[in-house]
Amino acid sequence: MFPVNELKRSLLVSIWFAFLTFPIMVIKVDPIERIVTWRWDNMFFVAIGSFVLSILVKVYFVRKERRAGSKKAQTALTEPFVHRILREPRFLYPLCLACLAFAILFPHLFSAYQTNIMTTALMYVVLGLGLNIVVGVAGLLDLGYVAFYAVGAYSYALLNMHFGLGFWIVLPIGGLLAAFVGVLLGFPVLRLRGDYLAIVTLGFGEIIRLILENWNDFSQGPSGIANISRPGLFGIDLSFSASINYIYYLVVGLVIFTIFVVNRLQSSRLGRAWLALREDEIACQAMGIDKTRTKLIAFSLGAFWAGLVGVIFAAKTTFVNPASFTFLESAIILSIVVLGGMGSIVGVILGALTLILLPEYLRALAEYRMLAFGGILVVMMIFKPEGLISNVRRSYQFKKLPSSESE
Amino acid sequence: MSEAILNVTNLTMNFGGIRALDSVNIDIYPGEIVALIGPNGAGKTTFFNCLTGIYTPSSGEIRLRNPETGKETRLNGMKPNRITEKGMARTFQNIRLFANMSVLENVMIGRHCRTHSLIFGAIFRNPATRKEEREIIDTSYKILKKVKLHKQVNEQAKNLSYGAQRRLEIARALATEPFLLLLDEPAAGMNPKETEALVSLIRLICSEGHSILLIEHDMKLVMSLSDRIFVMDYGKKIAQGTPEEVRSNPAVIKAYLGEDVDA
Ligand SMILES: Nc1ncnc2c1ncn2[C@@H]1O[C@H](COP(=O)(O)OP(=O)(O)OP(=O)(O)O)[C@@H](O)[C@H]1O
Ligand SMILES: [Mg+2]
Repeated sequence: MFPVNELKRSLLVSIWFAFLTFPIMVIKVDPIERIVTWRWDNMFFVAIGSFVLSILVKVYFVRKERRAGSKKAQTALTEPFVHRILREPRFLYPLCLACLAFAILFPHLFSAYQTNIMTTALMYVVLGLGLNIVVGVAGLLDLGYVAFYAVGAYSYALLNMHFGLGFWIVLPIGGLLAAFVGVLLGFPVLRLRGDYLAIVTLGFGEIIRLILENWNDFSQGPSGIANISRPGLFGIDLSFSASINYIYYLVVGLVIFTIFVVNRLQSSRLGRAWLALREDEIACQAMGIDKTRTKLIAFSLGAFWAGLVGVIFAAKTTFVNPASFTFLESAIILSIVVLGGMGSIVGVILGALTLILLPEYLRALAEYRMLAFGGILVVMMIFKPEGLISNVRRSYQFKKLPSSESE
Repeated sequence: MSEAILNVTNLTMNFGGIRALDSVNIDIYPGEIVALIGPNGAGKTTFFNCLTGIYTPSSGEIRLRNPETGKETRLNGMKPNRITEKGMARTFQNIRLFANMSVLENVMIGRHCRTHSLIFGAIFRNPATRKEEREIIDTSYKILKKVKLHKQVNEQAKNLSYGAQRRLEIARALATEPFLLLLDEPAAGMNPKETEALVSLIRLICSEGHSILLIEHDMKLVMSLSDRIFVMDYGKKIAQGTPEEVRSNPAVIKAYLGEDVDA
């Protein structure tokens, strides 16, 4: 079933890969002994491996095409299993309760270290859900999302340092400031589309980081701001471990709040407008939707959530510096949304948990961690481009309408 | 006759060197069905795009007068969504539905500019928002009933037949409560039976107080439906009048038969 042509191509792929990975797989420099070891056998493995993989990918696509050809009529079947379960209240409620119970018990079941990692993962869940409004729902590719996260974190750090403001006061302020910055940036930028928007937001993210790094009087530069107060609980001083749990619960609360809000937004007049904008901007405008305003709302709402998480981040680590807000961070949050499944809340949650927890538990792979991570992402995008959980939107299932049927 | 609801004077549109519209003058009066005809590439769609703010005309004036309030607005340079709010809505020649949204949702989008709830309403679902949402669904459903798509409310727009998609475009435009409805080739791709249904639908819409300006190549439909006809060729208006007048106009016959035109 495999024509020679395809084999030739796979061979080319494998040679290309062997060449690409040559510097990291073959050359090994020992800086202490000052010798270079040439590991030619690795090159061989890479070549074989990529050859096999490329054939597998091709087989997969051939199969997929055949399946698509034969089952064109049964598109309804593509609804993911998870969504079918979630639609049933009979499964949904117990599932939610179980998740909630697990989340509440987590700090008591696992060590403080695990709780800490989980807190981080949940923070990314919120960041992912926030960016999901922008990218997944409204379809605006924002590569500088971390800038708003930085705004939130620094607003707490600075307001706390200069004015001694507490966590709970700054939490909304940080969110609103980030949203405000979102409006400021969005106003000139949102007329751009696709790639252009991506590049401008990417630049913006870097600008914010560079400002924080270089404007010493304002942000104390690369050395950052230390000794930020932890969140208070009605003025009670918490012990170190208690405060870890406290922040954990706080983030769990924020996750629930975010899910609630995002869910409601998606099935509102505004959410409909976002979806429609993603489908056809011109038709939207012709139907009376203010394109700029609607996009701006999505953009600044996303920024608002990044700001909230930023404040929590500053409170959790009690230390912020610009190094925490690099482009890599934006890329990770974006990967969460894309990997999880754009627009799908469950998908984004799963995406965040995998992407943040996986590297933690992949530590065994040491320096190949990021490579493995990248590899997983690539494979994922080839085989399941719609994400872990594709977003099958619940459209209005219109059953009966008493008011209009009665006439 | 009462005052014109749409008054276009000397509308000109240049694309680089191409003059797609050349000093076009058109008036439309309340309650009329007016057809805009002309050979392919005459500039009819470009004319619609200028009216609805998708293109900014190179020169000329577009004025829209609300027949109820009597308020007149200059549309030049206005954003498309503002123009729709003023009471002029359109359909597209190359169907532009929201393909992955349901039939009902497509029409609900049309209600957007007549409703108000935003973030607050979305999150808290206060009584006003819920009432508004119900109103959106009710109205949308009624409109779908009018265009006979109410049996397919939950269908995705892309799964509809061609004719049904054209009717959905009309329904979506109607949802914005226009007093002037612009239809760009509504019968294109329809079979004779569908076209017949479309004719009565357009009559119904007109009788409900919407004036209509339509572009169409189907001469039978145009002649039977229109009160007046404007004819365009190479960006210029070459004739206007009742169907009988236009039918016997030599310039029109020339334009359609493709002979040399010295007009
Ligand atoms: N965006 C544009 N840029 C450049 N030229 C354009 C543009 N839009 C339209 N034109 C040109 O303007 C002229 C009129 O086009 P238009 O689409 O308005 O014709 P039409 O009368 O609607 O024809 P049809 O009956 O085929 O729909 C054509 O020559 C077309 O190439
Ligand atoms: Mg046209």
